Amino acid sequence: MIPTNYYLVLSAILFGLGVIAFVFKRNIIVIFMSIELMLNAVNLAFVAFSQAMGKLDGQVFVLFVIVVAAAEATVGLGIIILTARNRQSLNVERVDLLKL
Amino acid sequence: MPTHPILDYLWIIPLLPLLGSATNGLFGAKWPNKIINAVAVGSTGLSFAAALEAVREFRQLSPEQIPWVKQYFSWIAAGSFRAGFDLQIDQLTVVMLMVVTGVGWLIHIYSMGYMAHEGGYYRFFSYLNLFMFFMLILVMAANYVLLFVGWEGVGLSSYLLIGFYFLKKSAADAGKKAFIVNRIGDFGFMLGMFLLFRTFGTLDFVALFDKASHWPPEAMGQLGTFTIACLLLFMGACGKSAQLPLYVWLPDAMEGPTPVSALIHAATMVTAGVYVVARSHLLFTHAPTAMLVVAIVGCATAIFAATIGLVQTDIKRVLAYSTVSQLGYMFLACGVGAFSAGIFHLMTHAFFKALLFLAAGSVIHAIGGEQDMRHMGGLSGKIRWTYLTMLTATLAIAGFPPLAGFFSKDSILLSAFLSENGGPYAGHILYAFGLLTALLTAFYMFRLIFLTFHGKPRYDEHHVHVHESPWSMLGPLVILAVLSIFGGWFALPAFWGGPDYFANFLQPVFGGGESAAAESAAQALELPLAGVAVFTALVGFGIAFWLYLKQPGKPEQLAKSMKGVYTTLLNKYYVDELYAAVIVNPLMWISTNFLWKTVDVAGIDGAVNGIADSATAIGDTSRRTQSGNTRSYAVWVVIGAIVVIAAIFWPLLRPAAGMVP
Repeated sequence: MIPTNYYLVLSAILFGLGVIAFVFKRNIIVIFMSIELMLNAVNLAFVAFSQAMGKLDGQVFVLFVIVVAAAEATVGLGIIILTARNRQSLNVERVDLLKL
Repeated sequence: MPTHPILDYLWIIPLLPLLGSATNGLFGAKWPNKIINAVAVGSTGLSFAAALEAVREFRQLSPEQIPWVKQYFSWIAAGSFRAGFDLQIDQLTVVMLMVVTGVGWLIHIYSMGYMAHEGGYYRFFSYLNLFMFFMLILVMAANYVLLFVGWEGVGLSSYLLIGFYFLKKSAADAGKKAFIVNRIGDFGFMLGMFLLFRTFGTLDFVALFDKASHWPPEAMGQLGTFTIACLLLFMGACGKSAQLPLYVWLPDAMEGPTPVSALIHAATMVTAGVYVVARSHLLFTHAPTAMLVVAIVGCATAIFAATIGLVQTDIKRVLAYSTVSQLGYMFLACGVGAFSAGIFHLMTHAFFKALLFLAAGSVIHAIGGEQDMRHMGGLSGKIRWTYLTMLTATLAIAGFPPLAGFFSKDSILLSAFLSENGGPYAGHILYAFGLLTALLTAFYMFRLIFLTFHGKPRYDEHHVHVHESPWSMLGPLVILAVLSIFGGWFALPAFWGGPDYFANFLQPVFGGGESAAAESAAQALELPLAGVAVFTALVGFGIAFWLYLKQPGKPEQLAKSMKGVYTTLLNKYYVDELYAAVIVNPLMWISTNFLWKTVDVAGIDGAVNGIADSATAIGDTSRRTQSGNTRSYAVWVVIGAIVVIAAIFWPLLRPAAGMVP
């Protein structure tokens, strides 16, 4: 059986990749995908812990996360489509009205 | 027990003017004069009626029910200290109540005519009613704290009414002067109250005087609790009643409308100081030093103000100095222990001085606002009623029998003559100065009459249309003239050995009564002293008659030949200038250069502005983080997450690190 640590390390790597992509990429779609990546990294950690401790709580949480992620994808993609229409661009640098 | 509808609800008497004041002040701006009149005169009239009814019920009380104290509600209660909204009525209050409501009501009626063409009509009556309210609180209060409420309240009303023509700078300044000078006296008054509370643990009149009466009296020259407390209270009285050295505000207070001068600055408010001294007579009789101070200050003020009054040319200012002088008389009476004589003079003075002011107002009204007596003259035929009433008041104040002023002034002079407080001759000296003041009083009052009503007209006869005042103004004049004639007759029987009704009436308050020996001595002296007083008044009259009617050029010659004296008197002994140089200007300098420019601008404003500026600066800097760039926000989130994680796991990592060999 594969030790839990392996899963956790994989999860941390995936999460870190998500963070790095989130911070450095400019395309909104890619940023959105990096958020999904982070969520799923967390899901992986939940499942691993659930397995290791013999409890189902982690798996229940994973289901919640998937539901929330689906909802987020709906709203987020809607916003992205509107942004793209308004600005003719997917560059996140152009979305900077939220400042003084 | 009989029912006393008004005595049980004493608060009605002061409340009525307050309601009138509130009604006119809040809603009167758009009302026609008639409604304002109805509210103002009606409320004071009802108050007067209620006071009359209260006095009628008061006469039916048995002696042990007096003083009649009603405790309505507790106002301040802190520890052992209690000050309630308690009203009290005793013989002294009765006299004051009658004077305040009666004269006050007459002056309200007079004001309807006098102020008819003035702007701010509703405002005037609102203030006047407010004054009545506070004055009634002052005279009916059953403890020093509530008395002080009225005391400050009348000061406020006085300020508002002196500055009634507030667009005129001199009027606004006079109002401020009155207020500030009174503050100095009030400071002493408050200290006096604190000392009394500290010593006796109460400020209720009945309890306080009961406790104080069990203390031994202090000796002459001893500076004990009684003496200090009395001197502090007297300081307050000096401010309110315009005695040396705090009299300077009263002549300036003549900037107010004439009915105000009559009501507040002659008949009622300025006598509050005398009232307080009389009310505290038990404390004063325990402190002979304080008594002597009161007598000397009163006597000095009387003659000091009278000399200034000799040369003033403004008709109202002459009367103002005359008021200061007569108030000095009242304090002289209190100082020699003749409290009932002082209150007697207070009452008669309220009649004839209110009359003098109202008549002067009628004169001013008649010749179109002129107040300078040098531009009057020869008015007696044209405004006959005003002339006759004013002449009555002048005869009364000069002390001609059988008018009111004669009796009260005579009893004061007699008491002063008999006083032995402060040495065997102290009383005689006080008497001599009092008599000299009487001479000066007769002189300047007849000078006023002759300059105003006799001789050749000195006003522009083509432009000034002299007209008699309406009856709303003459009515109060006539009533006050009648009172000025008969108001002193309470004391009349004393001249042929009968009872002095006024003194007997007040006797339960002031107690005592003289011993039989002193009484017979007084009786023997009564007629000769009265004769001397009348003779003095005649001399004053004669000099005025000779100088201003027989030899009209003579006063100017005299003024030239005694130029130094004349200019000193004309400039009121330069007291205002002295105060300006010694007190006002240094204070202004300190206020401007230190308090304003250093403390306020640099210190307080600097601190406040500094805090505001630094907040702006911090905000300006941190604003830069709000770039609008989503990715930079993400970086902040990541940094925040790392910090939180580090904070959580740091304690777990430390021991592991420590265990590394």
